[in-house]
This record gives sequence, structure tokens and C-alpha cells, in this order.
Amino acid sequence: MLKTPAPPDATKQTKPIVPYLKLGETDAPYLEGLRCSSCNAVFIGARDRCSQCFCDDLTPFQLSDTGRLYNWTIVYRNFPGIRVPFISAVVDLDGGGTVKGNLVDIEPDPGMIKFDMPVKLVYRPVDATDAEGNLYVSYFFVPAQSTGS
Amino acid sequence: MTDVCIVGSDMTRFGRYPEQNVPGIGAQGALLALKDAGLSIKDIQALYCGNQLEAKAMSGQRILHLIGQTGIPVVNCANACATGATALREGWIAIKAGLYDLVLCVGVEQMGRGLLGGTAAPNGIPVEGLLGSGTMPAVFAKVGMEHARKYGTTFEQFAKVSVKNHFHSQFNPKAMYQKPAALEEVMGAEMISYPNTKLMCSVNVDGAAAVVLASAKKARELGLRSRAITIRASTLTSDPYSERDLVMHDFNACTRLAARHAYEEAALGPEDIDMVELHDCFATAEIVHYENLGLAKEGEGATLIETKATYNGGRIPVNVSGGLLSKGHPLGATGIANICEVVSHLRGEAGSRQVQGARIGLTHVVGIGSAASVHILERAYP
Repeated sequence: MLKTPAPPDATKQTKPIVPYLKLGETDAPYLEGLRCSSCNAVFIGARDRCSQCFCDDLTPFQLSDTGRLYNWTIVYRNFPGIRVPFISAVVDLDGGGTVKGNLVDIEPDPGMIKFDMPVKLVYRPVDATDAEGNLYVSYFFVPAQSTGS
Repeated sequence: MTDVCIVGSDMTRFGRYPEQNVPGIGAQGALLALKDAGLSIKDIQALYCGNQLEAKAMSGQRILHLIGQTGIPVVNCANACATGATALREGWIAIKAGLYDLVLCVGVEQMGRGLLGGTAAPNGIPVEGLLGSGTMPAVFAKVGMEHARKYGTTFEQFAKVSVKNHFHSQFNPKAMYQKPAALEEVMGAEMISYPNTKLMCSVNVDGAAAVVLASAKKARELGLRSRAITIRASTLTSDPYSERDLVMHDFNACTRLAARHAYEEAALGPEDIDMVELHDCFATAEIVHYENLGLAKEGEGATLIETKATYNGGRIPVNVSGGLLSKGHPLGATGIANICEVVSHLRGEAGSRQVQGARIGLTHVVGIGSAASVHILERAYP
């Protein structure tokens, strides 16, 4: 699986891979969503109005770190440098919100992956840095039976 | 409002033409359609040009530089894989509005090989392969997997779509590939994104397709009514809100909306349609669109392919051109090429692949992001 990157030097930062992943100083990492106060639709990422009911009262909230596998594919062919195969998964989070990510710690085998299987979010460093050498943390899905890390 | 007719229609053979360029390929398509109508660029009052990958490059004007600079208005359109259909619809709108009575619509694309899509990184590091996949094969694999989730659709059923469309392409001299592929060959090909193998992905090709549109009055004046095809409906939608569309493009909702509007506009139903060219960018998509377009009841899309109802000669032939899977998919040209295919059948000029007795046909495209367009065409004279 993913290797832990070399220890950062003091000038480098550890950043979230996407803005909706929040890395607290002391708290555990979590994903943030927006909930529409009028129709309860949940969105990931910034927006001006609710897409469903157009109201402007959207409140940030902490998304659950558990959910169920709504959809998936196993990606065998990708761009140069990207390790394959991997499972691209769509997960409905408990309490609302749907996110996409890699399902890991399970064989990328169509016979092993079940719709609606419970999954848990884990947060792990990725072995890639940006042009300035900053480190990144991403979220992954693991089968809920697994302890993850 | 006036009826709008297609009075000229043709396309280049789809293939790989690395020694050519977008305006050159587009000019060939434009000249073919003009020739089909027996008209010249001097007769044309406006040009609507669809091209996706060089959207900023004034492709329409550069086509005119090659075939005649008459000073007419040119509109360049990009709308992902709905680009060609969007350009055509702009021409249709202009004639409906009474602004012009003779316009040219061209769709053209020159493609590289390999994967399209992927997830862009606005800042930081690329997320493709870390936060799932945004490649086209992965996106459309999930379209099929959602159908599998609901109805138990199998890898083999999706593969049968590719077998059908490759079979059909043998009879289309304009198709990139013109050879059949057996089920074992389709299922045994390199797996790209489960359940789509390489033979279940559309082919990246170069090509152009074009139509000349006329008001019904103008078509009569020009003596072009005998081969004219009436556009009974032209619809375009964007993606209405749906629950998971932030992470899973919803091609169903926009297609259903476009189809509903089209059937209303034409005062027709799916049972009235004799043939369909739909957006089989991946084999997984075709079965889903059977239901989206009302050709099959909910959950019964796979039955259509299992019973061969969508083969030429079946109850509702779909993609007798060979579809995007075998004819090829030059993005901006696709939404006009499928119109050209239906036109040739409605005129009774489709040769060995003629859908017998075809009088009304439907075309459909979707563009990721998203856009859907449906056109319904009918022979103007019985």
C-alpha cells in the first residue's frame, strides 16, 4: 500500500489533498460538507446557492467517517505513473453526503467488492509532493471490518 | 414557426488523419454536405461549427478560409460530446426564429490516442488515482455499475452491446472499423475499467460531419423537398440537480429530460421511432440509455440486447452505423454524424445497412459536465 513519506523538514507543510479535507492541529482529520437549511441537501465543496432549492443558507458541518459503498469500478488502465489496478469508489456517508475516493485494503477483484458494503474513512499520507516539496494527506475508504490505520 | 429541414447531409470517413488539421477535415465535411444539397457556400447565410478540443481556435472561420470567405456570421460551439448536436441546434433555432432560411452546421474533431479525462488538480498534487478516477472509461463504467446495482446487469450483457455495434459497422463504409468482434473477443480484450474492456470503449478518431438546414419554404423553392428530412424535435438540456452528481456525473437525468422534451415537441412517443443512434461512448452506456430514451421499461434495458431487439432487423434498431464503439467518436463531429446516419436511412439511401421502412429516427448524445441533446427526424415526403 502507500508508503509513508520521508520525515518533513521544517520548511515543508503537510496539506490536505482537497479543501474539504480538514486537518486540525489537534483534532483528527475529517471531511467537511455543506448542508442546506431549507431542503437538507448535502454538498461537498464551496457553492453560492443550494443546487436543489436555490436557497443561500448553507451551513458547514462535519461529515461522518462511516458509510456504505454505493458504486465502484476497478481501474486497470490509467495515465503513466499512476499505479493500477485501484478501486474507484463512490460512498454514501452515514448522515448524508456522497464522496468519491479509493477503496483500499481489499483485493481489486470484482468478486470481492459488494454494493452497500460498510466502509470507514481513514486518513493517510500520500507519497507525492508538490513542486515546493509539501506533503499531502488524503482520505481512503477501507472495509469497515478492517481496523484501517 | 417554420418547419426546419435537412437538405444536405454527409460526413467524412472516420479514421486517423494526423497529416491533416481541424479546418481541413471540417472543410471536407462541409463540402460533402453542400454537394449533397447541390448548393454552394455562396448560398449559405450562417455557419454553426462544433469543435471541442480546439474550442478557442475559430475553427468555423478557418473552414471558410478553405472553402469561401463570404462574410457570413460564424458561431463556434463547444459542449463536450454534445458539441455537434449543439451547433446543429443553434442553426435550427436561427431558422425557427426566421432570421435565416439556409444555414450550414459542421461538427469536426481531430483526436489524439489514449485516455480522456482524469481529475484536474487546481492546486497541490493531481488527485487522479488517489481520490478515485475521473477518466472517461471509469466514469462510464460506474454508469453501468449503477445499473448492475439496481437490476443485476452483467459484464456479459454489456459486452453484447459491443458485439452488436461491431457487427453493424461491417456495413458502414464511413466507419473507422468495419469488422465484427465475437463475444469472447470483446470480453477477453484488455480490461480498462471494470466492466468495460478495450473493445467496449469508443474509438478516438478524426472526422467531420455536416448538414445544410433550410426552412420548409426554402427547401421547396430550391426543389429539394424530395430528399428533405424534417427536424420534428431538437432539444438540449443541462444536468438537473441529483443527489450524487458531484462525484458521479448523472447522464440519466439530463437524457431523460431531453427525451421527454423531444417526444412532447414532436407529439410522438418511443413506440413511433423506427431507428435510434444513441451515445454508446462505452458499452455500459447503451443499455442505460435504452431506458432513458423510453425504448425499454425500467430495468429491462438488458433484455433488449439479450433478445437482439436492437440489431438491424429487430424491433428497434440502435446504432446500425456501428456506433461510437466501432464507427468511432470524434467528439465534436459525433452529434452531427448520428444525424447524417439517420438521414441516410430515412431517405432510403443507406445501402446494405438500410433499416427497412424507416420513416422516423431519433438521435442522442451526452456531453460530460453535463449536456444531453435529442433530435427526432422524419422523412418530409412519404
